[in-house]
Amino acid sequence: MWDYTEKVMEHFHHPRNQGAIAECETGEKIVTGEVGSIACGDALRLHLKIDEATQTIKDARFQTFGCASAIASSSALTELLKGKNLEDAARLTNREIADFLGGLPEEKMHCSVMGQEALEAAIHTYKGIPLYNHDEDEGNLICSCFGITDTKIKRIIVDNNLTEAEQVTNYVKAGGGCGTCLTSIDDILAEVALEKQQDIELATELRAIKSPAYTVIPQLTNLQKISRIQQVLEQEVRPILMEDGGDVELFDVEGDTVKVLLKGACVGCSSSSATLEIAIQATLRDRVLPSLVVEAV
Amino acid sequence: MNDCIYLDNNATTQVDEEVAAAMMPYLTRYYGNPSSMHTFGGQVKGAVQQAREQIAALLGAETSEIVFTSCGTESDNAAIWAALKAQPNKRHIVTTQVEHPAVLNVCKLLEKQGYKVTYLSVNGQGQLDLDELEAAMTGDTALVSVMYANNETGVVFPIDRIGEIAKAYGATFHVDAVQVAGKIPLNLKNSTIDLLAISGHKLHAPKGIGALYVRRGTRFRPFLVGGHQERGRRGGTENVPGIVALGKAAELAQQHLGDVDRERQLRDRLERTILTTIPNTVLNGHPSDRLPNTTNIGFKYIEGEAILLSLNQYGICASSGSACTSGSLEPSHVLRALGLPYSVLHGSIRFSLSRYTTDTEIDRVLEVLPGIIDRLRALSPFDSDEAGWLQDQEKVLVASV
Repeated sequence: MWDYTEKVMEHFHHPRNQGAIAECETGEKIVTGEVGSIACGDALRLHLKIDEATQTIKDARFQTFGCASAIASSSALTELLKGKNLEDAARLTNREIADFLGGLPEEKMHCSVMGQEALEAAIHTYKGIPLYNHDEDEGNLICSCFGITDTKIKRIIVDNNLTEAEQVTNYVKAGGGCGTCLTSIDDILAEVALEKQQDIELATELRAIKSPAYTVIPQLTNLQKISRIQQVLEQEVRPILMEDGGDVELFDVEGDTVKVLLKGACVGCSSSSATLEIAIQATLRDRVLPSLVVEAV
Repeated sequence: MNDCIYLDNNATTQVDEEVAAAMMPYLTRYYGNPSSMHTFGGQVKGAVQQAREQIAALLGAETSEIVFTSCGTESDNAAIWAALKAQPNKRHIVTTQVEHPAVLNVCKLLEKQGYKVTYLSVNGQGQLDLDELEAAMTGDTALVSVMYANNETGVVFPIDRIGEIAKAYGATFHVDAVQVAGKIPLNLKNSTIDLLAISGHKLHAPKGIGALYVRRGTRFRPFLVGGHQERGRRGGTENVPGIVALGKAAELAQQHLGDVDRERQLRDRLERTILTTIPNTVLNGHPSDRLPNTTNIGFKYIEGEAILLSLNQYGICASSGSACTSGSLEPSHVLRALGLPYSVLHGSIRFSLSRYTTDTEIDRVLEVLPGIIDRLRALSPFDSDEAGWLQDQEKVLVASV
């Protein structure tokens, strides 16, 4: 028997928010995200009721075909989503679903990934983005037994800091069928590790640049802040990203949140989140304001 | 969990109290080595001989044809090894897709070592096609290795007919009878079986003891090489308490063979009531060519592990062939070989009874099971009209089987 936490068993025996959402009022919209496969033995329909004015999830419900951890993960997902705005919801990771339950056995982590994917599907539906435009569908098929692309494998590796093919199998099932793609998964792991290493080198390089012109001033006007951010991006960050075929452009600044557009090779790079955090955010915090948070749009 | 309703007897069985009592003195008082020359060792040797007689009686064999091993897996491995080493010029093995891993994984390993292996298929009710067997046989076939009855479905194979075909081509015939010994009468004296494996813990003896029947005259090469024990067929100091226990268990099993009808009736009542009162349930396996203690039922649209954990809450122990119970990501190879739809395959539960199973226990299962199935189906999107994508997947997959 699996070593499930008490919370997993509690959510399995007494799942919260099961079923579909039948009705909504004016100004609300109901959307559904569906993932899973009958061949794999688990499937999830996630239903969200969204307040269109505030972009807030007013209700979340689920229907799940699967094992105890799939049911518990679905229940946890709906609990985590209720009351969240869509922007925050979109940032929810499978790790947070598992953590909410006090953890899942490694071999069952794919259940939390299914929750995250159903959420993505629901948000895509709400935004009217056709699912076939989703990044993952444009990737190369690696595991034909479970239909998993390299893009999805890369995302899971980065999000969960995976280092072994066996872990990838536990998280997305890839490699768990005939096993012939395990070598390809090893290659992707190596590729992600290399990209991560390059990011660290990039960040180190950025930090090493001494620029006396930028001393951190705690009280900056909004205009000064935007101007400084633009300057640092132009003079320090972009040249280094461009050396590797990537690029970045300032999109907007809201308070301490800096919104940027990743371009070139940075788009679709499996370690783009690391680039944002380790390279761009760290540099801006160092040069402009320690409280800045960088997000990609 | 002492008061659990234990319906997982094909996995392992409760040690009979008489068996435990019989072996106890050999754990404490009579600890001599049966190979020793002194009287103390001689007493122990006598107990081993008595156990050999008890097992030979259960199998309808001679005492000299019984070799003690550590488990069913060792018996199967030793049988395959013995058969192949005795016929080094032959490089072909015939087995089935639904064997226990103790045979299947040995065959896969042998394939890597250059052997050709034919894996016979089964039909939707888990039965073999003897024409397929006949077509697979060649003069190069060293071994036909087939289970007597399947551990998951309980389906019994036509062993006599299979043996006749194996013999016609000069192949050694090995039978994995781990699920059969003690459940249906055996008489190896007049059979075509050369090698047959049994396991103690499947018939109310403890774990860690098994036996291999080796028909007199069968050329045999030992798998475990060591001392002269077991007439040189299996080296290593004997597990005397285990052997004594297996002997007693065999004696009791023979006495209880007449009670098997009661088990069958209980099984049939459980099965019939489930199939007639819970919608969307199907029997996996043949309705009659089956062990009397086993039923495997598919509960469509829900997943086996969820059913098992819900049953466990009521102290009911069963088993499932679903992927989620094993961690392998793939559902049972046996149920897959039957070509079942995935919605059945993932929701299949095996109930396996023993002579200890009571009417009251079956009543209790029938009392709680419908509620469990209802609850899980209410959670599942599968039979909802809006979940056409799942139903479509199922249609495509069924069509591709």
